[in-house]
Amino acid sequence: MRDTPLSNCERDFLLKAIEEKKRLDGRQTYDYRNIKITFGTDYGCCFVDLGKTRVMAQVSCELVTPKESRPNEGIMFFNLELSPMASPAFELGRSSELLVKLNRQLERCLRNSKCIDTESLCVVSGEKVWQIRVDVHMLNHDGNLMDATSIAAIAALSHFKRPDVGIQGDEVTVYSPEERDPIALSVYHMPICVSFSFFQQGTYLLVDPCEREERVMDGLLMIAMNKHREICSIQSSGGIMLLKEQASKHPVTGAILPSRHWP
Amino acid sequence: MESSLKNKVGEVLLPGDVFTFIKTETISLSDAVKTERITCGPGLRRDGDDVVACKSGVLRHKQPHLYWLDSQQRRYVPAKGESVIGIVTTKSGDVFKVDVGGSEQASLSYLAFEGATKRNRPNVQVGDLVYAQFLIANKDMEPELVCIDSSGRANGLGVFGAGGLLFKVSLGLVRRLLAPQNEIVKDLEKLYPCELVLGLNGRLWVKAATVQKTLIVANLLESSENMTAQQRRTLFKRVADGNL
Repeated sequence: MRDTPLSNCERDFLLKAIEEKKRLDGRQTYDYRNIKITFGTDYGCCFVDLGKTRVMAQVSCELVTPKESRPNEGIMFFNLELSPMASPAFELGRSSELLVKLNRQLERCLRNSKCIDTESLCVVSGEKVWQIRVDVHMLNHDGNLMDATSIAAIAALSHFKRPDVGIQGDEVTVYSPEERDPIALSVYHMPICVSFSFFQQGTYLLVDPCEREERVMDGLLMIAMNKHREICSIQSSGGIMLLKEQASKHPVTGAILPSRHWP
Repeated sequence: MESSLKNKVGEVLLPGDVFTFIKTETISLSDAVKTERITCGPGLRRDGDDVVACKSGVLRHKQPHLYWLDSQQRRYVPAKGESVIGIVTTKSGDVFKVDVGGSEQASLSYLAFEGATKRNRPNVQVGDLVYAQFLIANKDMEPELVCIDSSGRANGLGVFGAGGLLFKVSLGLVRRLLAPQNEIVKDLEKLYPCELVLGLNGRLWVKAATVQKTLIVANLLESSENMTAQQRRTLFKRVADGNL
C-alpha cells in the first residue's frame, strides 16, 4: 500500500512552526522524546520505545566456520526488517532505500566501531566461531528509526548470553543453560546514534525528528558516539550541502564534535 | 431474539459474539408467526440465522431496530454520504485523484465544484486539501467524491485555504466530536476561537490565530480522546491559565 501523501498544508505549517522554534509535539528544538527500554524473557530480546516509534531487537547465535581472512574472529550479522505493521508504506521482503541506509548505518555503528569483542567468539581457530545475529524489527514508525534501532541493537547485545562451549581434543560440546551458565558477550563500549535533521539549507536544526518532520527535512546528520566521546560513525544524507562552519559552530553538533574531528 | 441484543446495549462486545435469532426447531401452525427484523449497522454482521459481532466496541441502539458497534478503529472504510478530508494526489484529465485514507484513492471530478463549468475550472493543485462528500462508496467500485450538494451549492465543501494544521485521530473521536452539543468542542470554543474541520475519515484540520495556538488545540484534541470529563476540564483550565 502506498503511503499517505503529505499535503501542502502540513508542509507549510511544519516549516512555519520550525521557524518559530515550535514542534508538533510541544518539544523544544533540542529535546529528545522519552526513551523506554524493556527486555523480553529471552536473552537478547529488547524493545525500545522512542515516543511512538517502537523497535524490537533479538540477538541469536550459531556456530559457523569463520571467514578465511579472519580465522579466529567471530562474525557479527545485522538484519533489519521494515514490516507493514510499522507503516503502510513499508513492504515485506523488498529492500528499500531506507532499509539499506539503516542497515549500513547500523553496521558502521556497531560492527566497524568494534564495540563487541569478536575474538572472544572464536571456538576453534579456522573451524568454529560464533556468529552473532542481530534481528531488528520495526514495530511502529514515527520517525527516527535509526536512533531507536541503534539503542535496541546495543542493548540487546549487552543483554544477550551465549551458551558455554567446552573442547575436549577435537570435540566441541555446547552446554545447555542447565549444565553451565551462559556467557555474556564482552561489550567494550556502547555506541549510540543521534540524528539531527536540517531545515532551510541548514538554518534550523532539530534533534530526534518525528515522522512528519522527517518528510519535510532537507538533510539528516547521524552521529554515533559512546560515553568516552569517541565518534563511531558520522553520516550525512539528503541533498544538503552542509558547510563545515554550520555544523562545527552549531551549539549542539559543535559541542559534540571536538574541532579535531572536522576535516 | 431482539431482546438478547437489547440487553447488551451499552456493553462491550468482542468479535465473535453471537446472537441467535431462531429459538425453536419447530414452527407453530396455530399461532401467528411473529417476524423480527433488525438493522445491522457497522460492526454487526448477519450470518445465517445469527447476528455476529465483527468488531470490538460498545453496542448502541436507535429506535426502532437499529443496532451498531461504536469501535475505536483508525482504518477508514468509505461510506456513501460521509464528509471527509482528502489530499489531492494527481490531476489527470478531468478528474482528481484524492487520498482519503481508504484502501483505494477516490476520484473527484473537476465539474463537481460550486460554479465549475467546462471553461471555468476550479483552482486545485496537487497536495491541496479538499473537504468532500462521498457520492459513490461501494466495495466493488472506485469511490467518487463531490464538493457540491444535490442543489449544486458548496455548502461548506470545497478546497481548503492556506494555513492550518492537518492531523489524524481515531474515527471514534471524530464521531464523538461531531455529536451535537459535544462537550469537548464546547470547552475548546471557550478556550480559543479556532476553525475546525472534522472529516469522518479521522482527519482533523485546525486553524487558530497563531502557530502556537493551533498546536495547542491539535494536541488538546488528540489527548482528549482517552480522558474523563473531569480530567479534560482540569487540563483545559491549566491551558487557559497559561501553565502547560
